[in-house]
Amino acid sequence: MQNFPAYTDTDLQSELSTLNLGPTHPATHGVFQNVLQLDGERIVSGVSTIGYIHRAFEKIAEHRPFYQITPLTDRLNYCSAPINNMGWHMTVEKLLGIQTPKRVDYMRIIIMELSRIADHIVCNGVLGVDTGAFTGFLYMMEHREAIYEIYEEVCGSRLTTNVGRIGGFERNFNDIAFAKTRKFLETFPKALTEFQNLFNRNRIFVDRTKGVAAVTAEDALSYSWSGPILRATGVDYDVRAMNPYCSYEDFDFEVPVGTTGDVYDRFLVRNEEMWQSLRIIEQALTKIDKEDKNIFHADVPEYYLPPKEEVYNNMEALIYHFKIVMGEVKTPVGEVYHSVEGANGELGFYLVNDGGRSPYRLHFRRPSFINYQMYAPMSRGMLLSDAIINMSSLNVIAGELDA
Amino acid sequence: MGKITNEELLQKVTAQFGGNVTNVSEPYGLLTVETSREQIIDVLSWLKADEQLQFIYLTDITAIHYPEEQGREIGVIYHVHSLVNNIRIRIKVFLAEGDVNIPTASAVWNGANWMERETYDFFGVNFTGHPDLRRILNVDDMTVYPMRKEFPLEDPNRVDKKDYFFGR
Repeated sequence: MQNFPAYTDTDLQSELSTLNLGPTHPATHGVFQNVLQLDGERIVSGVSTIGYIHRAFEKIAEHRPFYQITPLTDRLNYCSAPINNMGWHMTVEKLLGIQTPKRVDYMRIIIMELSRIADHIVCNGVLGVDTGAFTGFLYMMEHREAIYEIYEEVCGSRLTTNVGRIGGFERNFNDIAFAKTRKFLETFPKALTEFQNLFNRNRIFVDRTKGVAAVTAEDALSYSWSGPILRATGVDYDVRAMNPYCSYEDFDFEVPVGTTGDVYDRFLVRNEEMWQSLRIIEQALTKIDKEDKNIFHADVPEYYLPPKEEVYNNMEALIYHFKIVMGEVKTPVGEVYHSVEGANGELGFYLVNDGGRSPYRLHFRRPSFINYQMYAPMSRGMLLSDAIINMSSLNVIAGELDA
Repeated sequence: MGKITNEELLQKVTAQFGGNVTNVSEPYGLLTVETSREQIIDVLSWLKADEQLQFIYLTDITAIHYPEEQGREIGVIYHVHSLVNNIRIRIKVFLAEGDVNIPTASAVWNGANWMERETYDFFGVNFTGHPDLRRILNVDDMTVYPMRKEFPLEDPNRVDKKDYFFGR
């Protein structure tokens, strides 16, 4: 905090006023409150109050079997729920020592990168809205819809997806899902190019964002930032590249970094990440063609629910079904930390297991929660309108903030 | 894998702190050590400042409750990451339930501030020297620490789920 100088009395231009920004202010895009002391339009100090939608997920998780925790993770970052789901499955698989087949990994990568794009579409679109340009948001929403349609083909739901199971997927991708993904790969680059043309060299947008809320790499690291906003400061920390999980090591992609860490750089980094995600999906589609079409889960009958028709006709399947549902499967005692690159940064799962049917302790390392804590100190001395776009560019998702 | 292996890291840590670092294990490849609350800030700042190790990134602070373990009921768990060497370390400090004081790490990393507030909020760990140790996700007038094991998932006093409402 020594990095952000306090506002002194001599700087004051007028009488202080207090502004409650939130909890339900339209510009916060979520339920969180900042009590700001304003000197005219300049922020003197701010206090963040969070926890408005705290739902005690960590406590609930201690009372649920592993496979029932997936829907809880949906509700962390609900703009990119599949990444959370996959992160959770991979954490449990790491604990149980399950090796997933390559095809499952590639399927997961397709769905995770699609959701990364969906998340970045929302964040960058909303940044446009907050700077006064609604067009980009509306224009890009159509393509988020296309992504949600792919989710629907894969798992049946759109927002809180609950996609995948421990060991793989609940069902195979159908042909429509692949067709829609291919179509998305064709149509989206055009839209993204146009979106960048609208903003990247737009005088109004650049004037509003360049140099605003610039953060140095030292500050960002000291505040444990992660994700696109850390990379915008020039630190190339990406979990996908640094600690590859889910066969990311098989893919060619770049980790885009910025230089100044301001709002404009964060915007550019997110746009570039969407291009990289498209690259990854394209490679995944090529790789998946070479794999056996019928594999969509690992061969782990102790943990993966058997198909329903087998349960009624096959003794073994019935036993496994019973054991899984009743939570009578032995799980190894141990503790595991697994992190994935969520759309907002390092999403970590710290799981302590005592061998029972539910975790002894589960902690989510939520990037939004940790990224957001610099917001109040960094807002000091900033114009209110700049603080608003700073908040949009941090992409704080209330569900992930409060857990 | 990183440029430093767990063995090298452990050697360096034990060379520096000797008997103050105990209970070494390596669950799922992540070096885990235990230290005391007198040593924790020294360990963390040494890890951060050491020229070779450079554990500059604090990943997470959280806690865990073991009600059966007499005198070591509350464990505070730090995950620290060296981005330069790409290696992580997990450090644990166990505290007695009646004496849950531990010095704050927020002077080492600014990011520790909210992580410690969250840990205080849910486990009641008192981080001494913390600039602003208030509850963060729960309401301010809450009197319990809800992630402790004795705290039930649902409020035992609630009446809307009583059997007589359902004719049972």
